[in-house]
Amino acid sequence: MSYIIPRFRHPCTAPNGIGYTRKDYEGALSTLCAGCGHDSISAAIVQACYEMSVEPHLVAKLSGIGCSSKTPAYFLRQSHGFNSVHGRMPSVATGANLANRDLIYLGVSGDGDTASIGLGQFAHVMRRNLNMLYIIENNGCYGLTKGQDSATADVGSKTKSGQANMFSPVDPAGLALNIGATFVARSFSGDKAQLVPLIKAGLHHPGFALIDVISPCVTFNNIPASTKSYAYTREHMSAADVVDFVPAAAKYGADGAIDVKMPDGATVKLRRLPDHHDPRDRAAAADAVMTTRERGEVLTGLIYIDTDHPSLHEMLDTTETPLRALGEKELCPGAKALEAINRNAR
Amino acid sequence: MTESPLEPTVTEDPEYFHQVVNCQYACPAHTPVPAYIRLIAAGRHTEAYMINWEANVFPGVLGRTCDRPCEPACRRNRIEKDEEPVAICRLKRVCADLRGDVSALMPDIPKKKNGKRVALIGGGPASLTVARDLMPLGYTCVLFDNQKRGGGMMRSQIPSFRLPEKVLDEEVGYITDMGVDTHFNQDVTSMKYMLARDFDAVFVGTGAPRGRDLDIAGRKEADAKIHIGIEWLANVAFGHVTSIGKRVIVLGGGNTAMDCCRTARRLGGEDVRVVVRSPFKDMKASPWEREDAEAEDIPMFENHVPRKFEMKDGKVAVTFEKVRAEYDDKGKRTLVPAGEAPVVMECDDVLMAIGQDNAFPWIERDIGINFGKWDLPVLDKQTFQSTLPRVFFGGDAAFGPANIITAVAHGHQAAISIDLFCQGKNLAERPHPAVTLVSQKMNVHEWSYSNDVSGADRFAVPHADRKKTLKDMKMEVELGFDVKAACAEAARCLNCDVQTVFESGRCIECDACADVCPMSAITFTENAAEDDLRAHLNAVSNNREQALYVSAALPTGRVLVKDEDVCLHCGLCAERCPTEAWDMKKFLYAAPKTACFTKTEKTEDEAA
Ligand SMILES: Cc1cc2nc3c(=O)[nH]c(=O)nc-3n(C[C@H](O)[C@H](O)[C@H](O)COP(=O)(O)OP(=O)(O)OC[C@H]3O[C@@H](n4cnc5c(N)ncnc54)[C@H](O)[C@@H]3O)c2cc1C
Ligand SMILES: Cc1ncc(C[n+]2csc(CCOP(=O)(O)OP(=O)(O)O)c2C)c(N)n1
Ligand code: SF4
Ligand code: SF4
Ligand code: SF4
Ligand SMILES: [Mg+2]
Repeated sequence: MSYIIPRFRHPCTAPNGIGYTRKDYEGALSTLCAGCGHDSISAAIVQACYEMSVEPHLVAKLSGIGCSSKTPAYFLRQSHGFNSVHGRMPSVATGANLANRDLIYLGVSGDGDTASIGLGQFAHVMRRNLNMLYIIENNGCYGLTKGQDSATADVGSKTKSGQANMFSPVDPAGLALNIGATFVARSFSGDKAQLVPLIKAGLHHPGFALIDVISPCVTFNNIPASTKSYAYTREHMSAADVVDFVPAAAKYGADGAIDVKMPDGATVKLRRLPDHHDPRDRAAAADAVMTTRERGEVLTGLIYIDTDHPSLHEMLDTTETPLRALGEKELCPGAKALEAINRNAR
Repeated sequence: MTESPLEPTVTEDPEYFHQVVNCQYACPAHTPVPAYIRLIAAGRHTEAYMINWEANVFPGVLGRTCDRPCEPACRRNRIEKDEEPVAICRLKRVCADLRGDVSALMPDIPKKKNGKRVALIGGGPASLTVARDLMPLGYTCVLFDNQKRGGGMMRSQIPSFRLPEKVLDEEVGYITDMGVDTHFNQDVTSMKYMLARDFDAVFVGTGAPRGRDLDIAGRKEADAKIHIGIEWLANVAFGHVTSIGKRVIVLGGGNTAMDCCRTARRLGGEDVRVVVRSPFKDMKASPWEREDAEAEDIPMFENHVPRKFEMKDGKVAVTFEKVRAEYDDKGKRTLVPAGEAPVVMECDDVLMAIGQDNAFPWIERDIGINFGKWDLPVLDKQTFQSTLPRVFFGGDAAFGPANIITAVAHGHQAAISIDLFCQGKNLAERPHPAVTLVSQKMNVHEWSYSNDVSGADRFAVPHADRKKTLKDMKMEVELGFDVKAACAEAARCLNCDVQTVFESGRCIECDACADVCPMSAITFTENAAEDDLRAHLNAVSNNREQALYVSAALPTGRVLVKDEDVCLHCGLCAERCPTEAWDMKKFLYAAPKTACFTKTEKTEDEAA
C-alpha cells in the first residue's frame, strides 16, 4: 500500500494572516474515485479558507449522505464535523447554529441528498435564511449508490446505465430564488477562478448562501450523452458575472463594478457580463436562470444576492451568547418563567 | 527571453528524463543513483555495488572520497527550507563495504586479443578506466606509471585515514587483474619514443603532477623547512617521510591543504594551522573536509597573504599581510590591503598547498601534439582526441586538476574514442545511452517503490575515536553507516528516477492531479512564454536549471505544465488520475560506454 500524502509541501507556501499554511486546511487523502469533481471542490474550499485566514476551529462542517457528503473528511481536518443522515443535514445545521451562532456553518451536500430525499429540509432552511454556506456538489446522479438518476438529472440525459432520464429536473438555483434564498450562485468544479471567490463570498454572507456546483461523477455520469459531464459543462457554461471577493482590510479603486457590502466590512465585487441581469434583482435573476436553461445553457456566477434580509437569529431574536456559555440560571429559568410564557400564550 | 509559447516537451529524448534525475545528471559518470539507493534499502548490496562499478569504476574509493557533485544537485535540498541532500556518497560506501564476492560478476576477458595495442601513460583513475573499458573488448593495454603501484593520486595523495589501502588495492586490482600489462616505476620521458613503438593508440593520463611554489622573499633560505604539499603527501604515502615539526603552517585553502594539515597532525604536528589568502567563504576546500580538519583542532586564518619567510634559530617566521576581499559588478574578486599591521607566525615546517599545474616536459613539441593556454593540450572536448589523431588525453591531464569521478568520466569517453579510432570508425558517431522506461504500477494503491519518503534529517557518518585516529596514520576516521543507518538514510531518497509520464491524449482535464499534488507542481494554463509561465504556475518556479514539462494542447486549448523542480515523485498525480494519463515509470539511464560490463547484470526489478 503506498497511498499516502507526503509530509512535504511546496517550499514557497507562505503562512496566511494568522500564521497557518495551506496544509493546515487540508484533510485526509480522498477515497473518492480518482477524477471526481467533488475533490476539486474540496481543494477550492481549502484554498478559500486558507486565503481568507479562517480559524479552522471556528468552522463546523455538516453533511448528509453520499460521495459529496463524505468530502468534509478531505478538507479542514481541524474543524468540527457532523456527517448526518441522508437529506437531514439542514435540520442538524439549524440546531447547531441556533445553539452557537459564533461558528461558521459550512454544509456540503449532493444533488440526491438535497433535491431527492432532502428536498423538504432544503426548502425550509432557505425560507428561514439560516446563516450558513450550503454547497451542493451536483453530479446529476447518486454516485455513492452506483449512479442512479437523481432529481437534478436533465430530461434526456444519460448516465453510464444508458437509460435517458424522463422526469423534469429540480433546478436548485431556480428553487432557491423562488423560495427566498438570499445568496444564490452556481459554478463548476473545474473552474476554481470562479468557484473560490464565490465560496469566500458565501462564507461571509449574513444569511443562507447556496452554491450549486456542477461536479461531474467521473465514474457513472461522465459519458458524452450526459449533461453533467466535464465536457458538456465546459461547453455550456454561461457566466453571468465575474466575482471578486475583497476582504475588509483591502483597498480597491472604483472600477464600475457593483460593490456589495457585507456586514463584516468585506465587499463582493461583481462585474456584470454584457447582456446579463442585475444580481440584486430577484425577478430578473429568476428570469435569467429560466431563459438560459431554455437556451440549453447553464448560468453560473453569483446569480442573486441580498444582504439586507434578516437571518434566522435576527428574526427570532435569539440570544447572542452560545448556549454552552450560558449558566444554568439562564438555560433553566425555572417554573416562574415558564408560568409567564404560558400566560402569554393563553 | 523567448517571446513565443513553449513547445511541447519531447520526452522521447532520453536527456529530458535524465535531467529530472538531478543526482545522476550531475554525476560526471552519470551513476544511476536512485537505483542503487533502493537496492541498498533492499539489502542487495552486491547488485548496488555492481551498478556503481559499471558506471564509476571505483565505488569503494568514491564512496569515501568523491567530490560528490551529485549532492548539491539533489532535489532533497530544495523541497523544504533547511533540507540537506541524501548522503549519496556515503551510501555508495555502504554497498562497497557490505558487498559479497563480485568476482563472478566481472566481465570475461577474451583470451584471443583483437590485435590492437593501446599504451596508457599514468596509472591513475583515468587510465585505469580506459583499461577497464577496453580490456573486455579484447584490446591489449600496456600501462606505464612512475610510482610503484597503480592508482595515481588516489594512492599518492589521498591519505590512508580517508582511504584505506586495501580498498584502493581491491578496486585497482579488478582492472589490473584483467591482464593489463603494467610497467610500474617507469617514468615515461619521451612521447616520441612511445609513438615509435607499436601502439595503435596512446592515452595520456598523467594528471597534474606539479605542485605550485611561492616565490617570495626568503623562500630559498627557508627551503629546508618548506615542502610542496603534494610532494610531501606522496612522500608520506610511500613511507619516505614519517614525521614533521610540532608547529606547522599550511598555506592554502583547498582540499590538498586539508589533507596536509590532517596528515601533519598525525606525524607529530601539535600546533597545526591553515592560513588562507581569501575569506573563508571563498575557500576551495569542500565544506565537509574543512569540518573534519577543524574537528582535529586545526585553526584556520582567513585574509592572510604570505609576504616573506625568515629563518630564526632554525624556525621559520612567516610574515602575512592582512587583506580584505572586494568584488566588482561581475563578482570578480580583488584582495586589497586591510591597512592593519603585518602578522608574523613562527613554525617548524611550512606546507605549501596552493595549487597544482600540469606539466608535460616529456612530450616533445614538434610531433604534432599542440598545446594551448596554460600549456594544456589542445583537445576535442567530446572525443578527448589531441591534434595528433592517435593520441588521447583524459583526467587531470586533459583540462587541469579536477577529481576522481571526472577522471573516470573522461576515461569512458576516451575509451569510446579509442575503440572507434582503432576500428576505423567516425569518432563523432558515438554510442547512445541505454535507456528503459517501465511502469511501476503493481496494483490499486500500490507502486513497486516506496513513496513513503522519510522526513528525517540527513544522518551523519560516525567517526572513530579521535584520540586513536590522530595517533595512527592508517586508521580510517569515518566508520561508515551500519545497515540500520544506511536504510534510514536510503529512505530519504525521493526516487527521482521514477518519472511522472504524461500522455496528453488521455487527459479529460478533471484537475484531480493538480488538486492532489502536495507540491503544487501541476498547472493547467494557457501556454505562454517561459518567463510568463514560470511566474503564473500554481506555485512560482524560479529554478531555471530545471526545465518545465509542457504537454501538447488539451481539448480546452490549455496545456498541462509540470514544474519538475520540487516534484516528490510520490505518484499521487498518477494515483488520482481517472484515465491513466499519468503513470509512474522507472527510467534507467546507462551512460554511453564502449559496452556493458557487468556480466550477469540483474535489473533492479528481477527479485534477488
Ligand atoms: C592532496 C589531494 C587530495 C585529493 N583528494 C581527492 C578526493 O578526496 N577526491 C577526489 O575525487 N579527488 C581528489 N584529488 C584529486 C584526484 O586525486 C585527481 O583528480 C585524480 O587522481 C586524477 O586522476 P588522473 O587519472 O587524471 O591522474 P593521477 O591520479 O594524477 O594519476 C597520474 C599518474 O601518472 C603518473 N605520471 C605522471 N607523469 C608520468 C610520466 N611522465 N610517466 C609515468 N607516469 C607518470 C603519476 O605519478 C600518477 O601516478 C586529490 C588531489 C590531491 C592532490
Ligand atoms: C435514508 C437513506 N436512503 C437511502 C440511502 C442510500 N443512499 C446513499 S447515498 C444516496 C444518494 C447520494 O446521492 P448524492 O447526494 O447526489 O451524492 P453523490 O454520491 O452523488 O455525491 C442514497 C440514495 C441512505 N443512505 N439513506
Ligand atoms: S461514484 Fe461518482 S461521485 Fe462518487 S466518488 Fe466516484 S466519481 Fe465521485
Ligand atoms: S509525483 Fe505527481 S503528485 Fe507527487 S509531487 Fe510529483 S507531480 Fe506532484
Ligand atoms: S487527473 Fe488525469 S485526467 Fe484528470 S486532469 Fe490530471 S491528467 Fe488529466
Ligand atoms: Mg450526486
